[in-house]
Amino acid sequence: MKTLTDKEMELSIAGMLRFGVSLSAVLVLLGGVLYLRHPWLKAPTYGCFVAEHEHLGGIAAVLRGASHLDAKSVIGLGVLLLIATPIVRVAFCIVGFARQKNRLYVFISTSVFAILIYSLIQGGH
Amino acid sequence: MSVLLFTTLVFATSLFAGLLGALTGLGGGVVIVPALVLLFKVDLRYAIGASLVSVIATSSGAAAAYLKEGLSNIRIGMFLEVATTLGALLGAYLTAKVSSHSIAILFGAVLLYSAYASFRGRTHDTLITKENPLATSLQLSGTYPTPAGPKPYHAQHVPFGFGIMFGAGTLSGLLGIGSGAVKVLAMDQAMGLPFKVSTTTSNFMIGVTAAASAGIYLARGYIDAGIAMPVMLGVLIGSMMGSKLLVKARVATLKVVFGLVIVALGIEMIFSGLTGRI
Repeated sequence: MKTLTDKEMELSIAGMLRFGVSLSAVLVLLGGVLYLRHPWLKAPTYGCFVAEHEHLGGIAAVLRGASHLDAKSVIGLGVLLLIATPIVRVAFCIVGFARQKNRLYVFISTSVFAILIYSLIQGGH
Repeated sequence: MSVLLFTTLVFATSLFAGLLGALTGLGGGVVIVPALVLLFKVDLRYAIGASLVSVIATSSGAAAAYLKEGLSNIRIGMFLEVATTLGALLGAYLTAKVSSHSIAILFGAVLLYSAYASFRGRTHDTLITKENPLATSLQLSGTYPTPAGPKPYHAQHVPFGFGIMFGAGTLSGLLGIGSGAVKVLAMDQAMGLPFKVSTTTSNFMIGVTAAASAGIYLARGYIDAGIAMPVMLGVLIGSMMGSKLLVKARVATLKVVFGLVIVALGIEMIFSGLTGRI
């Protein structure tokens, strides 16, 4: 495997970021169109926070709902994909630094990746 | 209010917030949170949840463009992301512990500081090219393109910069913003990095920082699909329009006007927090 220059690494990350944001924006837009199928319903009041209120739920629930074209789940899928984009970016960096044989930065990137995964898992409890 | 009207109004406001955020360089988050809370009477937690989602979208989109220009420093960004993601975890944890009043007051203070920082602009031109032993062992250096060819730079005061970044991450997790102004402060002022490198690397880091608190926000139900949808799309489109406008038009007057809007929002947030209306 040939070593990766900084420039090549930057370009591959840029492409990946653009792809993630575009795909997630399309999903959120699609969910938005579904959400506005009944445009004259009364908008929910958001003045008071309710923890359970219209909860996006876990990843499994979002996937299940999205497969039935449930509007909020499709938006939720877009949001999940968006949150995943920077996490995948860090994973890209781990691979990139590994190919540059930069052990220090493989370690640093892996630490950031671990913190992000911890947040996602810990957030679910 | 019907769903259609609410969504349209929130979308239009987010579009404006994104535009304003891009033109002032402060990011859409600092504008959309007070707008949602003060104009639409949305609970602060829903507002920061929606804002955080829009922050990830705009920063990742812009980072893609900056990376192609070769201005962001991936190593410096990655190293400092250890501090910002840990800070973001703390900040997201604190949102459930700190009262909305205090969050509103802190938000107002950050708005005022950000407005001040964007007006002050860059203060130092002379670049420190002296090598710093800690920065060298952590490979915190690079080159950036100038008309006279690539110029090398080396980071200074690494632990201090790392500490400020932890604070920037905490603010980001607590307020649902990118806290770009504080990140730039850490790199440009504390670590002595070139201004362009600081702003683009800061932007590069914002998405990862925000992702660290997003998991916690999601689980707590702060991210509501009905608000997050128009906010994310509006801020994303608004900031893309803003960055196009930045290269085309002379925006000095616009910046002053928008700066005043941000100062007004900041004062209103502090006032609302103090009087207990938020």
